[in-house]
Amino acid sequence: MSAGPHHPLRDHQPRFQGLDSGHRACQGCGEALAARLVTEAAGPDVIVSNATGCLEVFTTPWPETAWRIPWLHSLFENAASVAAGMEAAMRAQGRDTKVLAFAGDGGTFDIGMRGLSGMLERGHNVLYVCFDNEAYMNTGVQRSSSTPHAAMTTTSPPGRERMGKRHLKKDLLAIVAAHHIPYAATASVAYPSDLRKKVRRAMGIEGPTFLLVHSPCPLGWGHDSALSIEVARLAVQTGLFPVVEMERGSVASVMPIREPCPVTDYLKLQRRFRHLFADDPRAREELEHLQALADHNIEVYGLKAEGPDPLDTEGADTVRRGGMRYA
Amino acid sequence: MPQALEGSQAIARAVALCRPQVVAAYPITPQTHIVENISKLVADGKFHCELVSVESEFSAASVVLGAAAAGSRAYTASASQGILLMSEVLFNIAGLRVPLVLTCANRAVSAPLSIWNDHQDSMAVRDAGWIQLYCADNQEAVDTTIQAYRISERLELPVMVCVDGFTLTHTLEPIELPSQEQVDGFLPPYHFARALDPMRPLSMGELVTPAYFTEVRHMHHTALREALPEIAAADAEWAEVCGRHSGGLVQVVREGDSGIGILAIGSVVGTFADAADHLADLPAARLIRLRCFRPFPDAALREACRGLTDLVVVERALSPGAGGIIGTEVRAALRTMRDAPRVHNFAVGLGGRDVPLELYPRLIEAARAEEETGFAILDLEPEKLPEEGLSR
Repeated sequence: MSAGPHHPLRDHQPRFQGLDSGHRACQGCGEALAARLVTEAAGPDVIVSNATGCLEVFTTPWPETAWRIPWLHSLFENAASVAAGMEAAMRAQGRDTKVLAFAGDGGTFDIGMRGLSGMLERGHNVLYVCFDNEAYMNTGVQRSSSTPHAAMTTTSPPGRERMGKRHLKKDLLAIVAAHHIPYAATASVAYPSDLRKKVRRAMGIEGPTFLLVHSPCPLGWGHDSALSIEVARLAVQTGLFPVVEMERGSVASVMPIREPCPVTDYLKLQRRFRHLFADDPRAREELEHLQALADHNIEVYGLKAEGPDPLDTEGADTVRRGGMRYA
Repeated sequence: MPQALEGSQAIARAVALCRPQVVAAYPITPQTHIVENISKLVADGKFHCELVSVESEFSAASVVLGAAAAGSRAYTASASQGILLMSEVLFNIAGLRVPLVLTCANRAVSAPLSIWNDHQDSMAVRDAGWIQLYCADNQEAVDTTIQAYRISERLELPVMVCVDGFTLTHTLEPIELPSQEQVDGFLPPYHFARALDPMRPLSMGELVTPAYFTEVRHMHHTALREALPEIAAADAEWAEVCGRHSGGLVQVVREGDSGIGILAIGSVVGTFADAADHLADLPAARLIRLRCFRPFPDAALREACRGLTDLVVVERALSPGAGGIIGTEVRAALRTMRDAPRVHNFAVGLGGRDVPLELYPRLIEAARAEEETGFAILDLEPEKLPEEGLSR
């Protein structure tokens, strides 16, 4: 029996894939992986409103499409508003098909902010997923308000007067949480079980829900494409990307960090932070600054674990059989 | 039985008769009364729809796009800055070939800030790929709204129904509202063949490379050209239902034997008709009204202009640095006529400046002038201009 494209074992693993193979994402694309995981967990009874960006471009070069679910791309800044309209239509038609909105950080933190806020405030039954790769990758790596402090992009280059991006990464989760929506969470492609669980949780909630998925971009971040998961995991383990759940605006749970890693473990794998490792007092200062930001996250979200936990940063994506699988 | 209704109120009632399932709008003068009236109908249980009170016109257009693509008839309305804020979505809606109806309560565009009527807003989006119909009165606004849904859904092209802000939206007129049965008989339930449906998943709004983009544009252009007979037919067939015509593509409102024609758009046509009645000693001019501006009805226009020696095109917008918008297009359309009339082009009534009956003789005068007027603003009051440095 050959292990061809359709191995008979697959018949014993029925699994819905909303985003099929054959699309044109780069090797190691965190966003492609995240979108596959999200649509897998969300199931087939959905309609997607997708903002302009890499995800839209690499999945739908006409006349091809990688989507197995109904999907509409309108513009860059209106994924949330289009989703709101779709949801109103479902309501009017008496259908309970869930509407998903997909956008990158540019389409969410920046240009799509108004529509997102309106959709959340009006309480539409929409799961909004932001695939956060921390810059405008589709146009060739320009800084967004999600780009981490001190990171290099083509519009925040380091030089004699600058050490990369001057400003902080916008605390989008806090802004979303301030709408007091039923459920808002962060997740990472490094923790697929956790991500799926959060999607399923959001799917079961009537009302606006929000997921921010940390999605490495090998091209924009400048790391080996084989290291995407490693890089994503270190972002969580350093405390730079806290993985948390919020209910009605309050923190409901966090993924505890078993052993916090120094931020340099995360930064040194990525070319966007390479200038921080130069023999330069400003670089050392920025490294300290980033470490302080990670420490701050660990403190305010209470990320430091008291002891080992099966769902902490070491255990959460361990493959388990039985009860913990859908923990 | 006619009822005395404010224009906005009549439009809201007409919209409700069309049974859109999703309505999204944002307040802007002079459109606000439409969304207010719809909200009240919904609150009173007289109109059942999902009313989405959005945070911007940009989202209003996006919401109705999402709703229509997901299989629900939808409606929005706006004006002026709102139309401009929507403009990116308006192009997108048309390019996606999603059926929608939008009422534009025509208003000037800032700066300088003006809340009053002219046509600069809808003219600014004339190339968005929408059908644009201009109403002469509020009865037409009612009837055109109903026709617009039928046209839009048959052709998968969005329709903008343009009504003059304040002049129509805020004016009380006796209006015949059709019955629900009449509208239901004329307008079948919404069916969008490409509706987003998990049972038949499809992708809409894909990336199109140069290999196909030209063909998509060609198809859109062709669809708009082919909409011309459909627009005329919708008007004729609705007239069979209710006995009222709304002007088809191009309407000859009054005949005249002087060889002079006056062409206008929107509610000012009524003013000119009244002026011709009051000033009967003037040469009788043929009064032509352009109801459909997009697609541009060039053949119907040539037909309406047959036998004229002079045509005065009066419009309420301009393309600064070029001149008239409609006038330029009319000139181009008439160029292939044997014995085409001279075309004199004027802008009047910008930013809500009143267009009085007294203006009418000046149009006749312009038509009889030795020189053809390429373009001028007819109701300019030069004494208000600074003495020096006119352009600064």
